[in-house]
Amino acid sequence: MPLDRKLAIVDLTTGEIEKKTIPLELRKKFLGGRGLAAYLLLNHTPKDVDPYGPDNVVIISGGILCGTLASGTGRCDVMTKSTLTNLLASGNFGGFFAPELAHAGFHHIMVKGKADHPVYIFCHNGEVEIRDAGDIWGLPVSDTQWAIREDLGDEEVKSAVIGPAGENLVAYANVMTGIKNAAGRCGAGAVMGSKNLKAVAARGTMDIKIAHPDEALEFNKRFIDQITSAKVNQTMGTLGTPFIWGATNSWGGIRTRNFQYNQTEYADDIEPEHLDEIAEETCGEYHMTACYGCQVHCRAQYRIPEGPYKGVYDEGPEYTSQGAFCGETDTPRATTLLVCNHLADKYGVDNLEIGSIISWAMELNEMGILPADKLDGVDLRFGNDDAVIEMIDRICFRQGWLGDTLAKGGIQASDIIGKNSFDYMIQVKGMNNLHSDERATPALALNCALASRGSDHLRSRPAIDLYHLPEPVLRKIYSSPIPYDGPLSSEHTEYIGKPYQVFWHENCYMAVDCLGICKYHTTFLGATLPNFEDWSKVLYYNTGLDMTPEEIWDVARRSNMVERMYQLREGLTRDDLRKGDMLNHRYFDEPTRRGAPDVVGRVIDKKKFVKMIDEFYEHKGLDKEGNIKPETLKELDLENEPSHLL
Amino acid sequence: MAKVLYIDYQKCTGCRTCEQVCSVKHDGVVNPMRSRIKVMKWEAEGLYVPVSCQQCQDAPCMNVCPVKAISRDDEMGCVEIDYDACIGCRSCVIVCPFGAMSFNTIDRQVFKCDLCDGDPQCVRFCDVGAVQYVDAEEVAIDKKRHAAERLSLAGKESAALLAQF
Repeated sequence: MPLDRKLAIVDLTTGEIEKKTIPLELRKKFLGGRGLAAYLLLNHTPKDVDPYGPDNVVIISGGILCGTLASGTGRCDVMTKSTLTNLLASGNFGGFFAPELAHAGFHHIMVKGKADHPVYIFCHNGEVEIRDAGDIWGLPVSDTQWAIREDLGDEEVKSAVIGPAGENLVAYANVMTGIKNAAGRCGAGAVMGSKNLKAVAARGTMDIKIAHPDEALEFNKRFIDQITSAKVNQTMGTLGTPFIWGATNSWGGIRTRNFQYNQTEYADDIEPEHLDEIAEETCGEYHMTACYGCQVHCRAQYRIPEGPYKGVYDEGPEYTSQGAFCGETDTPRATTLLVCNHLADKYGVDNLEIGSIISWAMELNEMGILPADKLDGVDLRFGNDDAVIEMIDRICFRQGWLGDTLAKGGIQASDIIGKNSFDYMIQVKGMNNLHSDERATPALALNCALASRGSDHLRSRPAIDLYHLPEPVLRKIYSSPIPYDGPLSSEHTEYIGKPYQVFWHENCYMAVDCLGICKYHTTFLGATLPNFEDWSKVLYYNTGLDMTPEEIWDVARRSNMVERMYQLREGLTRDDLRKGDMLNHRYFDEPTRRGAPDVVGRVIDKKKFVKMIDEFYEHKGLDKEGNIKPETLKELDLENEPSHLL
Repeated sequence: MAKVLYIDYQKCTGCRTCEQVCSVKHDGVVNPMRSRIKVMKWEAEGLYVPVSCQQCQDAPCMNVCPVKAISRDDEMGCVEIDYDACIGCRSCVIVCPFGAMSFNTIDRQVFKCDLCDGDPQCVRFCDVGAVQYVDAEEVAIDKKRHAAERLSLAGKESAALLAQF
């Protein structure tokens, strides 16, 4: 049964390995994935722990549906204390690792301590062992995985690994699996690196018994029909996420030259259709590839068409790479995009963070804030493709003063660079924002400020707010599973009703992260995709766990609240620009300069924005300061946390 | 004429849904190890090839079976195992040129594709059509059409090249 999948606690200092069954009570409270990971993080780390120290833990946590029969359920969360933000770190990857881990008998691996030499962990049919990684240390992301297969003599092994960026403790290094699947953003890769942990590998042939196989099979068919009939997924299955670039850049939603503009000009070369042509020319007509059990197949294959990296195979690029490597730095060239995307995959570094930090440094250079004698000979100008490519190398290998400084993460780098460098950084909680520009979209701006792990689009972004859906449609979406009769607005420039949308999406995305379902299978980019009602069924047919849509909503609320408890414990305060729920001043002070008529000339109205935060806190059950109300803790059965049940 | 499983590996996205549904349909569990169809992968170059039983006319598994437990149902176009007769010697596993006959180490018996009695679940769930269930004649016609397209395209391209000189 999926519910039998265990937690393995591995202490790399002592070599001890403990295998634990997840109590049913905890399953019902957190399901798995991100929710259970948040519970483990809160319970197993002391306050103020050094993210790079042995007392930090890294938790690899598959969703409860990983390994079962439900479309798009290969998702796995990686949680730890962040090297980038000094707060909660969470990243989520798809691919094939979590299902393999489930077949090996585990859903969750928690690693403590620090090994005295490079090691990797191998999970196999109920067993866990720590193995030497001396020969593997130093290898890039893909080669690490092939080397582990060779070491174990099994081509079916799947691994979650770090690349050179993680080994070199780059504050935003990823944990990765496959060619490009990444648990990114917060530096979980650096935490693995600090533990001398190169990889967690899995191979399993254990049955995962489906509670109601016939129903699960038939429901999955319906589930798939719903997912593949959505236009947004059909487009994504043809062009990949780059299709979002085309739409967003045309109306003016892409931050360019760090934050100076909100639209990248002369960007035809990186339009999705052109990238698709390159994919077709280099990898053939059928060049889309998928994660485990998924019909969206949103990932393109490509080979770099020209230059020193000509012929190198990689996958993607995603929308995020377009923005980070071409929009923010104003280098909209396909080859630059494909090379940068490849380097990020190869070294195991977060594309958003590294692109953002390079563009931030470019703006500092332009403003004369970076000391000219510390650029190590790099011509750090916007529009200089070579500088972007060169800086990726320098950061990942910490070469020179600038490479080493930027590798520490934005806030740490701004402390070293000094002057008013911090004011130019588009970040929340120490994490740089996605490359999108939210000055014309208050709902999206609110999501950036409030996302639990830092400025981010995958924790609560109401992306469908951009579709101008009629109010009755919005009402239908946001009134399930809990009735909502407050205001809603179809207008993306409005402020009313948006806090509830952000609150609803925060719970929706947490629910999929606990279940292990991909966000492209829910109300993220498409308004017709499955959510709570469907999950109640898919969970029951696959695992036998009988939970109502409302109960799943409560799991999500509870899990989000545990993340909040952790953040508050680690020093989050509402208006703190470095550790709080507040945007950079540029959102309020610098009007947008490009874009559609209802986009150009806009700023976020700070007064209205602060009121939106108040309203969001109210929905979530927080007081005016952003602290958790005692009655909320009681309602969510969190009064006794940390409860150390696991 | 009976239908056949037609695998067009170029269309495969590597998602392995076929493996999931095959094992659930037959055994009520998800386990790729129990699946009759298996996606072979070369991830470093993005190549995925589903492999399953070809339901051979002159099937080596059938010929080698010492207890005649394997027979061919011509109406269904399917090579079948009689588990009452099977002694589990695995000779069929050894001789199958496609590796399509497997041995299940949990139940300790051989197993292969049975076309789900005419409604193959791998086909039903493969939304990109990498695995299809078609009349045998159709496979050849389809291939002929693609070959003809390639030829005519090559012809046009060479004519265009000639025109340049």
